[in-house]
Amino acid sequence: MARVVVDVMLKPEILDPQGQAVANALPRLGVNDVASVRIGRRVEIDFAGEVDLERAREIADKLLANPVIEDYEIRVVEAV
Amino acid sequence: MKIGVVTFPGSLDDGDAARAARIAGAEVVRLWHADPDLHGVDAVVLPGGFSYGDYLRCGAIARFAPVMETISAAARDGMPVMGICNGFQILCEAHLLPGALTRNQHLHFRNRDQWLRIENSDTAWTNHFTPGQEILIPVKNGEGCYVADQRTLDELEANGQIVARYIQGNPNGSTRDIAAVRNTAGNVLGIMPHPEHAVEALTGPSLDGLGFFSSVLKHLAGVGVPA
Repeated sequence: MARVVVDVMLKPEILDPQGQAVANALPRLGVNDVASVRIGRRVEIDFAGEVDLERAREIADKLLANPVIEDYEIRVVEAV
Repeated sequence: MKIGVVTFPGSLDDGDAARAARIAGAEVVRLWHADPDLHGVDAVVLPGGFSYGDYLRCGAIARFAPVMETISAAARDGMPVMGICNGFQILCEAHLLPGALTRNQHLHFRNRDQWLRIENSDTAWTNHFTPGQEILIPVKNGEGCYVADQRTLDELEANGQIVARYIQGNPNGSTRDIAAVRNTAGNVLGIMPHPEHAVEALTGPSLDGLGFFSSVLKHLAGVGVPA
């Protein structure tokens, strides 16, 4: 199987309240040396045949990420 | 005048939006997400709710519904479109309005009656109001925090595209207290609070919401007439 992984993250300047909430919970685990937590989304796309990076980029750009608030990175991985 | 109200899978407020349009005096046509035909409507309301389960991002999947392709094209040709709550999110995802709506800053769902100040009455949906007028309508959202880059925000301010702001408390952390924005032409409006829930004394905190629906009827009646 040909797999493309798309990582979607909020842009650095966009506030991530979810990440902040997690960061604020860390002291309850006894963790006090974390400066910040940001939460994103990992999307795995399995192509039936060959990896089509162009098509994957189109999927990421038009649907998976909203370029107003999010950045994304694409990479091809070996699927198990 | 025919106002179309779209139902997506997961829409919640389509019934109330249709009712509000009817009370304002419109003939209401219910539109279905999978049917690209607008059935001759003069204006469209995208209602609140959780279209397609809010999967991925609010409004991200609804944007690709067959009905949305027709609505996007019609909106670019000047047809009045108002997106309420989830409808606002859909309009942003469809790039008919600038910016995006993100998770409420405090992470809590907010449901309360909310005071707004109308900042701009130069739209198809707010011409019934006067700039500076304060209105009370319900707000209920989990992802209503409006964001855009500084340059876009400054442009919105300069062009009078900020149509309403939250006053007496910002319910979701929205940038510059923005509750509603319009496109440059003024035919497309996105609003996070719910005008359709404030049209009858029995169920709403005021009748202020009716103004949005009577505005569009007034606008449609005057189309083609020079200002």
